[in-house]
Formats: sequence, structure tokens, C-alpha cells
Amino acid sequence: MSLLNKEEPLTLDTFVRGIWRENPVFVTVLGMCPTLAVTNSATNAISMGLATLFVLLCSNVLVSMLRKVIPKEVRIASYIVLIASFVTVVDYAIQAISLEVYEALGAFIQLIVVNCIILGRAEAYASRQTVVNTAVNSIGTGIGFTLALLCLGVVREVLGAGTLFGVRILPEQFQPWVLMLLPAGGFFVLAGWMLLIDWMNHRKERKALEQEGATVHGQ
Amino acid sequence: MANESLGFIFLNALVINNFVLAMFLGICPFLGVSGKKDTALNMGIATTFVMFVSSMCAYALNWVLVALGIEFLRLISYIVVIASAVQLVEMFIKKTSPALFRALGIYLPLITTNCAVLGIAVFQTAKNYDLAQSAVYSIGAGAGFTLALLLMAGLREKLDLADVPSVARGAGMTLMLAGLLSLAFMGFAGLGGGGD
Amino acid sequence: MNTELPVQVPVESPTVPMIRTLGLISLICGFSVTLAYQWTKPHVDENQRVTTERAVLAVLPEAATQKAFVLRVDGVAPAAADSPPEDVVYVGYDADGRIVGIAARGASRGYADLVHVMFAYDPACQCINALKVTKMNETPGLGDTVLKDPDFKRNFEALDARVNAEGTALANRIVTVKHGTKREAWQIDAISGSTVTSKAIGRGLDRSAQRLVPLILRHLAELESGGR
Repeated sequence: MSLLNKEEPLTLDTFVRGIWRENPVFVTVLGMCPTLAVTNSATNAISMGLATLFVLLCSNVLVSMLRKVIPKEVRIASYIVLIASFVTVVDYAIQAISLEVYEALGAFIQLIVVNCIILGRAEAYASRQTVVNTAVNSIGTGIGFTLALLCLGVVREVLGAGTLFGVRILPEQFQPWVLMLLPAGGFFVLAGWMLLIDWMNHRKERKALEQEGATVHGQ
Repeated sequence: MANESLGFIFLNALVINNFVLAMFLGICPFLGVSGKKDTALNMGIATTFVMFVSSMCAYALNWVLVALGIEFLRLISYIVVIASAVQLVEMFIKKTSPALFRALGIYLPLITTNCAVLGIAVFQTAKNYDLAQSAVYSIGAGAGFTLALLLMAGLREKLDLADVPSVARGAGMTLMLAGLLSLAFMGFAGLGGGGD
Repeated sequence: MNTELPVQVPVESPTVPMIRTLGLISLICGFSVTLAYQWTKPHVDENQRVTTERAVLAVLPEAATQKAFVLRVDGVAPAAADSPPEDVVYVGYDADGRIVGIAARGASRGYADLVHVMFAYDPACQCINALKVTKMNETPGLGDTVLKDPDFKRNFEALDARVNAEGTALANRIVTVKHGTKREAWQIDAISGSTVTSKAIGRGLDRSAQRLVPLILRHLAELESGGR
């Protein structure tokens, strides 16, 4: 392998970075398709998040175990085949556990294969780091993804149907915003979250600049 | 139930259930490549071509898998076929039009992970389309994808020059626009009338 | 920067290890997929059986037991795993083995995708007296009102499904008409605003009933005796 093998030590950051700093949905803007498609209810959001976490963990761990053995030329093809196998496994597992969830998620279970997050992590991280590091990072990223899905799923379900995980939480008089359950609503809610996060980052940057300015002038 | 007319299938994939705006497939390139109209058009055409090739290969492959009774290998074989189709298209474009190849850059290999391409293969299998229906479906979906991309590119080009708060620039703005487009496309609902 | 690292000339990986690795990966993948498939198949089949049973019970609430039969032109036979699903009917029997009704499936394309229904046919009144939508993907708030609207549900309390004189098809096609224009017992009053979905349900019922009801009546005796 002609790549510089900068194997990094295992720290808490390895786990946490996938959740906040490098959140796959809000920061690196990957895995958009399932984020918009299956978040019309919180239950679907969690199911998809966990399914993706499972595939992410298993395939990346395997990639990491085989990283010294997979030839450079065929690495993408190998990663994809590994990911596809685990997605097939998850597909059957969900069918066996709950037909309802399976039909709610529909074709998007199989589309986990082309979720850019998994291939991206395999190429950028799993192929260079140790198995333990990879496992921890994958779990972190998977949790980050699930949390992002939940952000959307909760908002869309509460506003769009007045329920949360199927349990009615808003009073009967509340006229649900059906728009939230439609595709357009998915776009709007995700846009809302992105704008919020962008705004928070902007404020942080501006504050940091102001601090810098203050210290320079203050001295 | 595969007795939908070819015209309806095309119209359905193009506008009624547009692949990007109604079915959420192909969002990553939709957000990434829709900055300029030319890139959008090129990406759309390349993707349509890949969709068509993959759709035909997937149809043949499915026939073989069913005949041998090994449907559980369907997903793996589909994705391998798609990856190969993308490689072929890449080599083809490199040979015939190096300028186009350079213009598309990194986006070409990314078509492999475009959920829309795998989506075509998966959906046409689920709906039991025959060969002609699959062909029309894939071309319609590609056209719908290109349409959505072009619309978004046109909007974004105009907005680049407008006075948008800096916070809203980027993915947030694109998603808002996409939501509005999606709402607009819901107007096509009556076109289908649910045929058969 | 690490200056001791020698400049590495990229070496093309030799073919044999490449093939060996690819073979290993194929083995791992094939093994895990096959294992998962074999292991989950009984659970999946069981889940589907339970779902079907529940759907049948929803349209035949008095049924104590149910049996699935596949209808053919020449007779009936117990349904097997490979029976074509559009020819399968589910007969409900009460505690004494008497027939309470016959459930069957129908499906037709709505706005987004197929709308699947399970309906109950009562040979005594020669009508459809219950309907349940088993699967649909229609627009929330618009198409899914078919699930809750009480007026729409009333359509299916005694939907006429008599056969014609020759016994080959229904005497009158089941058809969905515009909201408020229902005049005949074989018409379905659509929900205004969900015409597409209402029409899909009507078409699904009609297609299924046209094919199955004549066969049901022809072999009614066999179906009735199946309870004992």
C-alpha cells in the first residue's frame, strides 16, 4: 500500500466526532436520500438509522480487517460488494422482525447500499485505521446519522400528524400540518435545520472574531 | 400488476412522481451539481444514459436470478452491474469527448452512488415491468432527474446574484428551493388519473 | 513532516493475491447473505401468514377459523405456497363449521402506487359486506381519508355483487362514481378530494370480484364443506 498510514490513537473524539463535528447529514451533507424519504415518522427514522448503523459498523469493520489485503485497484468494488451483502442481511432481518416497518421503509432499505456515508467512511477511515478505531468511529457516525434522522422525524411527525412514535401528544383540536408528511415538507424541515445550524456556526465565528479583536485591542 | 401504458409510465417518472422531487432519489447530486445549467444538463444526460444501461442489465440479470432461484443475490448483482456500467460510460465519454469528461470531473464516478440509478433497478423489479416498460421507465426517470436538476440550476444561477443573507447561502437555500419545486410538482397529480 | 519515509514507487498489485482477496470477499459475502436468508425465511413466512390472518379477521369478524383455498375453473384446492395469489380466497367458518363469508384480495393503481384491499363476500346476500385497505402509499391527508371517512366506509356494507344469468361474471360492474351521485347498489361514492384513491379501490374490487365471485358461487358447496 503506497498510502501514508497515519494510524491515529483511540480517543473520545473518535467516537464523538461522528455525532457533532462531522455529523454526516448536517456537516458533510451526505446520505440525503433516506434523510428526506423515511423521516415522515419518528419510528421510521429510528429504524432506518439503526439499520444504517448496523451496515456501517459491520461493513467498515470488515473493510478494516481486510485493509492490508485488498488491492488498491479493486478496493471500491470490494467495499461495495461487502456493503451490499450486509444490506441484504439487514433487509431480511427487518422483514423477519416487523413487516410493518419493512413496508414503511420500503425500497430505501436496499438503497442503504448507495448511502454515500458508508462508502465515504470506508474509503476515508476504515481503509486506514485499526479495527477498534473503525468500530468506534462507525458507531459514532451511525449514532450521528440516527440523531439527524430523528431531528427530522420528530418534527415532521409531531407537526404533521400530532403523534410521536404513534402516541398522540398534541390535542385533538390541533389541525395537523399535512405538508410536513409530504415530500415538500421533508425538504423544508431539513432546510430549517440546516439554516439553524449554519446560523449557530456563523454566530460562533463572529463571536470568535470579536474575541480576537477585543484581545488585540485590549492588550 | 404491470399493465400500465408506456406513455403513462414515462409521464409518471417524469413529473407525476418525479424521481427527485417526489421520491427523494438522487438528492446528493441534485444538491451538489445544480449550481450551473451546463453542468446540470451534462450530469443529467450522463445519468440518464447510465440509468438506461443499468435498467436493461438489471432486467436481464433479474431474469437469470429468478430462473436459478437465487433472488437473494439480487442487490449485490445489481450494484455490481451499476458500478460496471458507470465504468463503461466513463471510458466511453473519455474517448468520445474529453472536454465533457473534464467538465464532469469527479461527478461521473459518483453516479455509482446515485440512489436514483439503483432505485430504477429496484423499482422496476418490484413493479414487475417488462422490457419495454423498464426501458421507458428508466428514460423517463432520467429525464425527470435532468428536469429537476435544470430547474434548480436555473433558480440558483439567478439567486447567486440576488441579495440573500449569507447565513442562508448553501445547502439550506437549495433545500428550501427544492421544497417549493416539490410543492409545485404536486400539481401534476391529476395528470395520471390512475390508469389501467 | 516525516522526512525519513523513502519515496515509494507505486507498485502494481500482483494478480494472484488480487484474485485471492476477491475470492475471499466473495466467500464472506455469499456466506453471510445465504445464512441470513435461510435463517430469516421461516420468520418472514410466519409474519406474512399472521398479517394475512389479521386482515381476513378484520373483514370477517365472526370467523372462528379460516382456510385458504385456490380457485380454479374445475374446482377448489387448499392453497399452497406457490398458488397464484390472485386466485386465493380465504373462507371464514364459525365455531360450528358454517361459512360466515369469503375474503379475497384486490389491488389497483392509485396515485402513488398500488392500493391493496381485502374484502369480504357474503354468498347469502350476494354482496360485499366489508372492506379493509391492507396496503397503500397514498398522499397523507388526501388519499388516506379512505381509511377513516365513515361515509366512504358505508359504501361497503352491502355492495351489490350479483352474478349475471350465465354465471360467468358480475351482473353489474362495480364502479366508483363522483361524490354524491351514487344511485345503484353496485356503485361506490367517491370521497371528494380523493377521487384517484377511491377509483383505485373501486377498480381493484371490480377486477377481483369479476374473476372470483362466479367461481365462488360455482364451487360454493365445496367451500362450505371445507369447514368440517
